[in-house]
Amino acid sequence: MKKYILPSIRLTAVLLVLLCVVYPLAVAFAARFAPGAGGGEKLQKDGKVVGYERIGQVFDKPGYFWGRPSAVSYNAAGSAGSNKGPSNPDYLKQVADRVDTLLKYHPGLKKADIPADLVTASGSGLDPEISEQAARIQVSRVAKARGLDKARVAKVLAEHTEGPVFGLFGPATVHVLKLNLALDGLQK
Amino acid sequence: MNTEILGLITTYLLTLLIAIPLGKYLAKVFAGAPVWTDFMKPLEGLIFRLAGVSAREQMNWKQHMKALLTINLVWLVYGFFVLMFQDKLPLNPDGNPGMTPDLSFNTIISFVVNCDLQHYSGESGVTYLTQHIVVMFLMFVSCATGIAAAVVFFKAFRDKTTVKLGNFWEFFVLSITRLLLPLSFVIALVLAFNGTPASYEGKDQYISLQGDTVGVSRGPAAGMIAIKHLGTNGGGWFGANSSHPLENPNYLTNSVELIAQVIIPIAMVVCFGVFIRRRRLSWIIFGVMTIGMLLLLIPTVSSELGGSPALSKLGISQVSGAMEGKEVRFGPAITGYWSTVTTIISTGSVNSMHDSAMPLTGAWQLLGMMVNSFYGGCGVGLLNYFIYLIIAVFISGLMVGRTPEFLGHKVEAREIKIAALITLLSPFLILAGTAIAAYVFKYHGDAAWAVQPQNWLNNPGFHGFSEMLYEVTSANANNGSGFEGLGDNNVFWNVLTGFVLLLGRFLPIIGPVAIAGLLASKKFIPESAGTLRTDTVTFGLMTLAVIIVLNALSYFPALALGPLAEYFTMLKS
Repeated sequence: MKKYILPSIRLTAVLLVLLCVVYPLAVAFAARFAPGAGGGEKLQKDGKVVGYERIGQVFDKPGYFWGRPSAVSYNAAGSAGSNKGPSNPDYLKQVADRVDTLLKYHPGLKKADIPADLVTASGSGLDPEISEQAARIQVSRVAKARGLDKARVAKVLAEHTEGPVFGLFGPATVHVLKLNLALDGLQK
Repeated sequence: MNTEILGLITTYLLTLLIAIPLGKYLAKVFAGAPVWTDFMKPLEGLIFRLAGVSAREQMNWKQHMKALLTINLVWLVYGFFVLMFQDKLPLNPDGNPGMTPDLSFNTIISFVVNCDLQHYSGESGVTYLTQHIVVMFLMFVSCATGIAAAVVFFKAFRDKTTVKLGNFWEFFVLSITRLLLPLSFVIALVLAFNGTPASYEGKDQYISLQGDTVGVSRGPAAGMIAIKHLGTNGGGWFGANSSHPLENPNYLTNSVELIAQVIIPIAMVVCFGVFIRRRRLSWIIFGVMTIGMLLLLIPTVSSELGGSPALSKLGISQVSGAMEGKEVRFGPAITGYWSTVTTIISTGSVNSMHDSAMPLTGAWQLLGMMVNSFYGGCGVGLLNYFIYLIIAVFISGLMVGRTPEFLGHKVEAREIKIAALITLLSPFLILAGTAIAAYVFKYHGDAAWAVQPQNWLNNPGFHGFSEMLYEVTSANANNGSGFEGLGDNNVFWNVLTGFVLLLGRFLPIIGPVAIAGLLASKKFIPESAGTLRTDTVTFGLMTLAVIIVLNALSYFPALALGPLAEYFTMLKS
């Protein structure tokens, strides 16, 4: 073993330079030409940063579309899911409460129309998107709170629904923050 | 739903489209044949010169293992101290603290052995410096270690009788310069241009649309996330791993990360056949591994798409599938696929929280890690498979009354003993480890550790047991994913999984390489009508049967106590 110790140490040192200095600096340099310049893409409103494109936010005012429940309240200083098991009784009670809250704020909404993603926490706690169905059931509430026509809100929603990639792969999604920014933009 | 299934199938087909040519390319690289990346030769020459190693010297299997263990030991000692004193070192813009000795012990072992079990959260537990010089560094070199060990094994079957199995340093360095580094760079760019941070700026703060002040952790993540998948490592830059929208911004990056983690394991199987000039054998192995994967994948995807039966009882719509712990931009189908590949391949990165998956999905995830050779980790997957194969050779030899042999070499008592010991090692570590944990939880609930045993579990009942079983299984398989509800950052889990990680890594590398080295040194017997061929469909199915029987016998009781019990109670209530 002795024979290999010195080469091991020297090889480690050489590779540290190649893999931990040269490589990441090359990536960081190339990323300066990416959207957001490698620091994360930001969204602005009236010239002020109101969030990161990829990070969801807490929305609970009636005039905004709501996102999914989050185990970290959408504070991206950290990130985590709830890690609740599917048969955990406390968890099931929590979901039932969320369903009741939704029913309370959406008169006329049927339980069977509430999609699971709107009452379950995401893996990161920062999910910026919801499903189409989750947005659709909120249209009348948002329209009422903003004093807007329902059809108008539905139209903005349709514009902000992202179909599957190339129309072929993956689910359709709605970006909650962008949608809410668009609604704010309507009423300047 | 259909677009989700289509996305899954396309992702897998793209994986094959890249992995198969990659395997042929690797066979040329390691055979020393001319390839287009030969322009790297001057760089490699410089690395060898600076390191003072001779890449020409031929080593036998013992010398290979000595070199491998020595350099791994160097990394263990180096990383242990760097992690403990990271708060005193530069590049720590968020002011994160140094690690406790037990956490440092666990973390360094975990990354050296290509497992990446993380008992810390990336945002607060490490610094930008240690993310680079410990975490990312080890992601490259631990993967290269596995590939180099596999190439030693390939070498043993290339020539008829030999003890000269090439040079460890050469295999190791070539794995980095010809494979990991260039591919990582490409993947890192794809990630960076899709929104993954890559600059050195620290934590940011902003006021949200509703007026809350919140933070955002960032940092040079793209480069690390690339090698994290390519090298089947799995340790996340952020705590939430690849479910984090900065670590895995959209459906496209999700597919890229999925493809990245599967190509090398498949390429190594292809490489094996090309390298030893027995392509048929490697297609049979690939076939068995693929059947194994499908056996785990199909029920996983179907149970995740079906949604949670417990939530169905609340009367809500399950049209979007089971979504607790999952991200909307991926959807349940490809998330299910991810959970299957990350467990069979020993990556252990997650794009959903496995703790919240459906009970049977949990069982398939555990089984994937227990078998640990349906494709398997970088290089080591094939070595694990080889152990099953040797057992299958032995059993079929007994059944038809012939001397067992593999590729022209007699398999005798010594080789079988090694294979049997390695086969018994996994169940021993997993079951004994879980049993100790369960005992401590039950009888020493008030032990004064950072997390008291009575507070370990995030979920009651059978699922709580699964959390402990999963942790030990993941450590033994060098996987690194977890049922993350488990309160694992305390001296018990750090030390227990530390030892399980070490044993679960190095013995299953040394065992197969030793068998291969021993076989290669034996007289070559040309194939005849009396030879039991290993490259037939029949023998492939025999190996699959051995895998299923051995794992079912070892793990059925433990699985019955955890996920299966949870599943049946959920059906009943």
